[in-house]
Amino acid sequence: MSLARRIIPCLDTDGERVVKGVNFVSLRDAGDPVALAARYNAEGADELVVLDIAASRDRRPTFLATIRRVAAQLAIPLTAGGGIRTLDDARAVVRAGADKITVNTAAVLRPNLISELSAEFGSQAVVLAIDAKKNTAGWTVTVRGGGELTDLDAVAWATRGAELGAGEILLTSVDRDGTQMGFDIPLTAAISKSVSVPVIASGGAKLPQHFVEIFRDGAADAALAASIFHDDVQPIRALKEFLASQNVQVRLPC
Amino acid sequence: MNASQITLLDYGAGNLPSVERALHRLGAQTERVDSPEGLAQASALILPGVGHYAALIRALDKNGLRDQLIAAIARGIPFLGICLGLQALYQTSEEAPDLQGLNILQGSVRALSGPVKLPHMGWNQLQTKSASQLLEGIAPDSYFYFAHSYAAQSGNGHSTSEVRATCLYGNEFVAVAEKENIFAVQFHPEKSGDAGQRVLQNFLRIAA
Repeated sequence: MSLARRIIPCLDTDGERVVKGVNFVSLRDAGDPVALAARYNAEGADELVVLDIAASRDRRPTFLATIRRVAAQLAIPLTAGGGIRTLDDARAVVRAGADKITVNTAAVLRPNLISELSAEFGSQAVVLAIDAKKNTAGWTVTVRGGGELTDLDAVAWATRGAELGAGEILLTSVDRDGTQMGFDIPLTAAISKSVSVPVIASGGAKLPQHFVEIFRDGAADAALAASIFHDDVQPIRALKEFLASQNVQVRLPC
Repeated sequence: MNASQITLLDYGAGNLPSVERALHRLGAQTERVDSPEGLAQASALILPGVGHYAALIRALDKNGLRDQLIAAIARGIPFLGICLGLQALYQTSEEAPDLQGLNILQGSVRALSGPVKLPHMGWNQLQTKSASQLLEGIAPDSYFYFAHSYAAQSGNGHSTSEVRATCLYGNEFVAVAEKENIFAVQFHPEKSGDAGQRVLQNFLRIAA
């Protein structure tokens, strides 16, 4: 008996429609977020993440409306983010029905944002999203959807983020995202073993075996994927049954 | 008066709308109150909560809710505390040592300890200690959603009758407490899928 490893579908939205990037570019439409949320809730997803990847701030009210409609479908936790820069942005997302807020670029630019969110909502509600890219010695933090390198080391930034009050790290491998080659195990293991908070691994999942590996070898507490769930390449219930058969503890029946 | 009218104490908790939505799905009617007068009228009461212990206790004191909340519970109305709503029932919390809890249950809230990641975030199972009305009809190996770093340690030990189930994460802590009209859970039933819905349904049955 212990904490189950979590399977988390992610909806990347452009305000009101789900889209998914391959290597963060060439977006294609993947469907209606409300219908997908209802499906994942019923299929045994352990949480849902909704990220607004719309470039324009004009889409903000549309995104909040999407959060409200998605939250109404769920009996599982909801994390929302994308473009959250201020406490007020976060309040709007929480008021719309999100249990947790994820921050990324804005936290790199102003790390105190993490402390402010944590003081207001509690660290259990603050998810620091890190998009990491391999360099010669380790991994570099990237921002603006993986498009811009910073001078931050990913392990150091994750550690700092947890100290500032993040209750969870959502770690995406920019190198693996969209490739379906499997999660980045060394990256995830390096971060997971360095921080005191749970780590969600993201980027590169396709096969059930990829999930076994990221839990067993990558020390991930949760694993996130998008298109393989949206396209039904990998039904969630079947994935969790496979994980259970490989002695990975998951929430079943669900 | 409608028997399934549930009063939700609104002190600004982030999970109040989720609790409300879950209750509505089960056909219950709810009202939010944020005043002592509202509490005095309640016939069944839920205290939701998530986040920092101090935010809840300070809100109770700032808005003059503490005495009326204690009175409502003493009056014998069905009460359900969720997450911080459970922790508030105890005497003190390490998360805010200067503040006083409601002192309705014996014990204190302490930081989870051991070689585990914190917060305790995700789905975990319970260890049943004695028959629980809230857990009635729920498979013993069911998972519930937790999101917290502090948890209640019963002052009488975990074999005491009010501790109906515990959870193990770092250390053993109170997951379900029941004492007369007082019900409390450390997990979030509003976020715990079918098992959580069943917990809320059981509370509605008790409150009916």
